[in-house]
Amino acid sequence: MTDVKYTIKDFKSENEVRWCAGCGDFAIINAIQRTMAGMGIPKEKFAVISGIGCSSRFPYYMNTFGFHTIHGRAAAIASGVKAANPDLSVWVMSGDGDSMAIGGNHFIHLIRRNIDVNMVVFNNRIYGLTKGQYSPTSDRGFVSKTSPFGTVEDPFVPGQLVLGARGSFYARSIDGNLKLSQSVFEKAAEHKGTSVVEVLQNCVIFNNGIHTAITDPNHRADRQLMLEHGKPMIFGAENEKGLVFDNGKLKVVKIGENGVTEADILVHDATEVDPTLHLALINMALPDFPVAFGVIRAVPAPVYDTEMEAQIKEVQQTRKVTCVDELLNSGNTWEVTGNPNGSSKKCI
Amino acid sequence: MKETKVIELEEVAIRFSGDSGDGMQLTGTLFSDTTALLGNDISTFPDYPSEIRAPQGTVGGVSGFQVQFGQKQVNTPGDNANVLVAMNPAAIKANARFLEPGGTIIYDSDSFTEKNLKKANFATDDPFAECNLEDYFKIPVPISSLTQEGLKDFGLDNKSVLRSKNMFALGLVCWMFNRPLDYVEEFIKNKFKKKPVVVDSNIKVLHDGYNYGLTMQHMTPSYLVNPAEIENGTYRNINGNHATAWGLLAAAEKSGLELFLGSYPITPATDILTALSQRKDLGVKTFQAEDEIAGICSAIGASFAGDLAVTTTSGPGLALKGEAIGLAVMAELPLVIVNVQRGGPSTGLPTKTEQSDLMQALYGRNGESPVVVLAASTPSDCFHYAYMSAKIALERMVPVILLTDGFLGNGSEPWKIPSMADMPSITPRVAKDSEEFQAYKRDAATLAREWAIPGMAGFEHRIGGLEKNITGTVSHDPENHQVNSEIREEKVQRVVDLVPELEICGDEDGGDVLVVSWGGTFGHTASTVREMRMAGKNVSLAHFNYIKPLPKNTKEVFSKFKKIIVCELNLGQFVAYLRNELPEFNYYQANKVKGLPFTVSELKESITKLLED
Repeated sequence: MTDVKYTIKDFKSENEVRWCAGCGDFAIINAIQRTMAGMGIPKEKFAVISGIGCSSRFPYYMNTFGFHTIHGRAAAIASGVKAANPDLSVWVMSGDGDSMAIGGNHFIHLIRRNIDVNMVVFNNRIYGLTKGQYSPTSDRGFVSKTSPFGTVEDPFVPGQLVLGARGSFYARSIDGNLKLSQSVFEKAAEHKGTSVVEVLQNCVIFNNGIHTAITDPNHRADRQLMLEHGKPMIFGAENEKGLVFDNGKLKVVKIGENGVTEADILVHDATEVDPTLHLALINMALPDFPVAFGVIRAVPAPVYDTEMEAQIKEVQQTRKVTCVDELLNSGNTWEVTGNPNGSSKKCI
Repeated sequence: MKETKVIELEEVAIRFSGDSGDGMQLTGTLFSDTTALLGNDISTFPDYPSEIRAPQGTVGGVSGFQVQFGQKQVNTPGDNANVLVAMNPAAIKANARFLEPGGTIIYDSDSFTEKNLKKANFATDDPFAECNLEDYFKIPVPISSLTQEGLKDFGLDNKSVLRSKNMFALGLVCWMFNRPLDYVEEFIKNKFKKKPVVVDSNIKVLHDGYNYGLTMQHMTPSYLVNPAEIENGTYRNINGNHATAWGLLAAAEKSGLELFLGSYPITPATDILTALSQRKDLGVKTFQAEDEIAGICSAIGASFAGDLAVTTTSGPGLALKGEAIGLAVMAELPLVIVNVQRGGPSTGLPTKTEQSDLMQALYGRNGESPVVVLAASTPSDCFHYAYMSAKIALERMVPVILLTDGFLGNGSEPWKIPSMADMPSITPRVAKDSEEFQAYKRDAATLAREWAIPGMAGFEHRIGGLEKNITGTVSHDPENHQVNSEIREEKVQRVVDLVPELEICGDEDGGDVLVVSWGGTFGHTASTVREMRMAGKNVSLAHFNYIKPLPKNTKEVFSKFKKIIVCELNLGQFVAYLRNELPEFNYYQANKVKGLPFTVSELKESITKLLED
């Protein structure tokens, strides 16, 4: 690793940050800048790519190479960046609409290919930049400017999509929890392959408080399960609750009741290839369950960009054609001689 | 026994035709390659249905391959075929109107059964009479049964046996035109090297066909077409899609960049993706994207990251890429977009040729979104124009759309192989001085910005699809948007420095009629003008490869002629563009949208009418 020392300031650009006062994005950019400063990678090797939406203004505020592209396509553009130069640390900043509505196809195919980029999905369950229409993560019945009588459609659960697309890394964080965000961003950066981090983000203007039931400090301990690889799935103000697997389903139990001991509680294994338990953790929702945070899944899998490079190297080891001149003259060719005045085909 | 009749010809066109499962494309390609290797000039035209296997025996399922070869310059696959090889009655019906009067028809007499005649919708048992082909020279050959007879000891099932009948036809045609079989034999040995029985059976049938001609020579004429008098050099046969792929490879090598292709399969452009995916030996990265949009977006990402980036597509795909092309215009990144045009609109005629995407290429985006537009004119010069597209994109930091078409992409011709040493230099505008660098600081002469690539220390900067100022920072300033819109247009116009002057083929000092064409119609317009000039007509040709910007001397050329007729395979798109760019001239039009190339005879008719008016 290169010996470079940065502070958060090195990653702030000259541009004035223009998110609304109180926007959850401020905390997220802070966590990203802290993460990058601590990665020991030269600053010029970061490329931050975004699509369209509030979150997608992100690259302008980062003092790295940045590309603010078009709606939904950041995942496809980042795929090209990383495939062209696997040496870069490529970050995609996207929102729930950008990644799961207009960019849904690129999102799932990025994950399926397992290209080594880090994708942060700012999930505020609303379209903010267009001023308050429901998004693909808005709940059924959600009332917005374009659903005055409530939506009649079910939302995507981002983690389900990631697993459905054979994702190798999925983590969940909350905008206000800087420490948690930084920790999962670091783990996302370490992971080889597509790392998707969903951040529950608060849109202070158009969907204020959408995540409050989860983030409310008075109930946080009961409503959030902080997962750590190798640690038991325990939560609650007194660490008195835990999860067990019962009859093929997760179940909340109280330690000390009905003979349950800490030894009965499930231990989180983010590296388990079988996605069954990871899916169950992703699906946990209030009020029956706490919401799971942290790295839910991080499994090793072949990485597209390194496989592509390896394949080229392998083919080149036994290649017969080493340059274009050789290519043009390969296969069936013939000589024409004895026509010193023969015509070219250009004119008549 | 009567002696073989040997007919010496300057040029001849053969059309191989059968069910889309009969292997006619392969038969035609093998015959063309054999012929090109003998030194004839050739031009080919594959004409096939969009269904992979349309119902057997029906007219809709007929697949054809026409090749014209000669001892002179051959610019077109020929309006009509002198010889038709028909594997079934449907092939007769589909091709009757593409036959030269007095031509020869070789057909598989075994397949002319009541059932097959019915499938081809013939009302009587005389398909030739129904198609007014009575006067043609017909050679019935029991191809199916002779193939079965020849392979009876090979232990193959009937289906496998009949799969070889195209080789019988090929052998017979090779005899007729005095072509050796060694090239075809080598091909078969190579292609099926893991299946010796397939090699042996196909070679056996190929020879059976050849020998059939030899022993039945009392009934079949033999033709002699001497090699063409073309420039000295090393030649190969090449189709337009391969030439495009190789031109891009050449540009990558010359510029010292890696080649990245982001593409989604689409007829008739897929072969470029296929050809480049085979070139891992030269380090090409091909990314088969999830859709057309991801094809171009991955290429834009690769361009941002410093590769020579390309996306390839056909009309509907170009429509899907529109927004992303606008991003490349706004971000001012080098990008080559190849559009192998086909019949439209919508899905249209996927396997047929047309030139109807010109307006889409020029204008088909939101906002003022200028790009450079080039068009190749022959299968082999796709190499040159693909190369030039890359050169312009890299040196001027601009997206370039290269228009080819299905006729060029699938058609082939002999090509004098160039040497990389002779190719023009390509100097990408990679930024050098980080102190001086600003994302949108421009070269005073060309207006091109510099290319600073992630990984270059000290050049960290932001670009994007929003309007911006010189540093790349977002700007909504009204004056700034006006200035930048004009600069982006002017930057494209200044590419004219790299555009060669428009040539007049014919009377350089002017004359009665100037035929104007662009792109893939060159072979037909050039042949037309050549033949009319030989007949003493005052006709010249100006053919365009550079559409935007137009060559500097376009106006000067046009002003030398009394009448200008613009010939194109659409309802008048280039002519509309010319009327806009050079409104001082009066333009006549010759247009065709049948999914087919022009024929020389119909062009002659239009031009003659204009001369006489």
